[in-house]
Amino acid sequence: MILYRISHISAAGLLSLSAFFGNAQNGGSVSGNIESQYQYLLNDSVIQAVQPQEKSLINTYALVNYTNKGFKAGTRVELYAPRILGYPDRFDGAGIGYRYVGYENDMLSVTIGNFYEQFGTGLIFRAYEDRNLGLDNAMDGINLRIRPYKGVTIKAIYGKQRFSFEAGRVVNAPGIVRGFDVELSANEWFTKLEEKEISVRAGFSMVSKFQQANHPEYILPQNVGSYGGRIDVGYKNFYVNGEYIIKEADPSLDNNYIFNYGHGLLINAGYSKKGLGILFSAKHIDNMSFRSDREMVVNDGMIGFIPPLTKTHTYNLVAQLYPYVSQPLGEVAYQFDVMYNFKKGSTLGGKYGATVSLNASTAYGSAHLATNANPLSRITYDTQLFKTDGNLYWRDINVEIKKKIDKKWSFIASYFNLVLNNDVIKVAEAPGTIKAHIGVFEVLHKLNDKHSIRTEFQAMWTEERRDRGHWYTVLVEYTVSPDWYVTGVLQHNYGNPLENRRNIYPLFAVGKIWDATRLEARFGRVNAGMFCVGGVCRPVPASSGLTVTFSHSF
Amino acid sequence: MKNLFFLASLFVLSTAFVVIPSDEDQKGKSVPSVKIVDVNGKTINTSELGNDGKPVIISFWATWCSPCKRELNAIHDLYDEWQEETGVKLIAVSIDDERTKSRVKPYINSSNWNFDIWMDTNHEFKRAMGVNNVPHTFLIDGNGKIVYSHNNYSSGDENKLYQEILKLKK
Repeated sequence: MILYRISHISAAGLLSLSAFFGNAQNGGSVSGNIESQYQYLLNDSVIQAVQPQEKSLINTYALVNYTNKGFKAGTRVELYAPRILGYPDRFDGAGIGYRYVGYENDMLSVTIGNFYEQFGTGLIFRAYEDRNLGLDNAMDGINLRIRPYKGVTIKAIYGKQRFSFEAGRVVNAPGIVRGFDVELSANEWFTKLEEKEISVRAGFSMVSKFQQANHPEYILPQNVGSYGGRIDVGYKNFYVNGEYIIKEADPSLDNNYIFNYGHGLLINAGYSKKGLGILFSAKHIDNMSFRSDREMVVNDGMIGFIPPLTKTHTYNLVAQLYPYVSQPLGEVAYQFDVMYNFKKGSTLGGKYGATVSLNASTAYGSAHLATNANPLSRITYDTQLFKTDGNLYWRDINVEIKKKIDKKWSFIASYFNLVLNNDVIKVAEAPGTIKAHIGVFEVLHKLNDKHSIRTEFQAMWTEERRDRGHWYTVLVEYTVSPDWYVTGVLQHNYGNPLENRRNIYPLFAVGKIWDATRLEARFGRVNAGMFCVGGVCRPVPASSGLTVTFSHSF
Repeated sequence: MKNLFFLASLFVLSTAFVVIPSDEDQKGKSVPSVKIVDVNGKTINTSELGNDGKPVIISFWATWCSPCKRELNAIHDLYDEWQEETGVKLIAVSIDDERTKSRVKPYINSSNWNFDIWMDTNHEFKRAMGVNNVPHTFLIDGNGKIVYSHNNYSSGDENKLYQEILKLKK
């Protein structure tokens, strides 16, 4: 076993070396990156941070891609020794986490081994990696892309999805996933459309999964199909696009083994011209937990991707404590955005102009109607398009004003009003609905061409001091262009209803950049909370100690 | 067992350091060919940068990445001047996924950007370029070779980038 693992690693090393020599000799090209995160953690009873038995933790990834005249190959070696805090416990060992070979020309592209791919909006199928979350559902199989005629793209996939990484080896989910997608672009057939500023694109997809079934109680379908189409139309400054996906009966642990069909609808409509952007989005999801293992839950084994309709916030109090998480079992959601630029020279714009953006989003539960329900065949309810059950899951209203005052000073002021139903979203401690108000003021001051200071003042109030009550964060970042930064963050839970938990979280970070290489060390306390990227979240426990991050691209 | 992991980690890290020595790594390489779409949905080949032998900047960004937006807004303020002086073109590659992708068009328009915008929704181009995280900015010379790259943005970095562009003029 041990030898096996070592041989794995050296194989990867050899591949990368041969790739390098290959590069020198015949004009092929090598690219890739290395990323490593090391933690040394301490016991800190005040914030309930626990030192792991091993004391230190490390994750490391090295990706090497090689291409030469249409031929491509690549591999990624991963190491969890053991995995850093917040990663799935099962990630363990060193070995090859991803490898592929393939060939590509203008008409055709074939990849064998691991690949990432997406059909349409991803509702029906999306294989992707989000390393920050420890999320990777890469396919292991074959991926084909053909462009038989201009304006026509056909994609096909066949394989199994990555689920875990144990004892240095990838563990795939049991189900087999296969499907195809066709995308048509009318603009490439009729050049007149371009002149009239019209764009028309459409597509349809089909994905099915196979998993053996031997449930003691129900006769479960072993093959589950899913299909749908999309259209994207633009005229001058207007555009509208939408996708509708239907999933056949897919009884699973997640949906409590019901035989209902699932469906997902996503619509975006927008208008934008220089200085103005308006966007409206709507989504209705019902029973769309589509996984390559019917027993899996949370973020595991997802075949499709359900994007949450909310802005991705970046200030830590807004992003970390009360984020929204998509509800694959059912949600009706809307989002509205306006971004406007006050021109230079106007009263509000001043010398450099100013930007105002307003964003509002909301989500409700999807209604379960008694009509057409048939308990005998385990079709337990009916739905109606965009009909909610009146149960508010989420609401977010926020506004941001960004203004450059002169060459040295600029600021961003924002206000956020969040309402979160924690009984459903389950990201905080307190039950029920949490209402929070957050104000942020960010100032950027350029001292000279190379030196600048950026500060953030953030304050949060929760109504009736629900959950962990009130907070503030002060962040000061000093940067020396192009290669140094130093950051100090102080987060204080000053209004926690429990006096003995009014904790202070200080954090200090220093970073150095050499072109495409970064090294950062941070030391201090990190608050327990949700860590979210792209609407997918993982809970990270409180920690105290040192984290060193290294990354390099080549 | 733990020792083995430790050795393994040392091995990987030391490979890392063997690979690092030159920051020349990325230099002189061509931009890999990946087929993605631009913001209007038109298919493009990433290796065809087309700027008539003049330099091209490729900048990876996202609507949710504050330093990325600071960088591109700073360049936006200087862009007319840069273009007049050097003929440089900037391609802003958005790595926004389905969640935030629809915000790209309103954002670039409300910010008045004149950059070319590519959409790398499932991060294919990002992986091919070896990008770990955003912002990551590349400078490509008139022959399509990468001559400079930088993985960060601090206020003032645009000046360093412009110096690198000027070097190509010689």
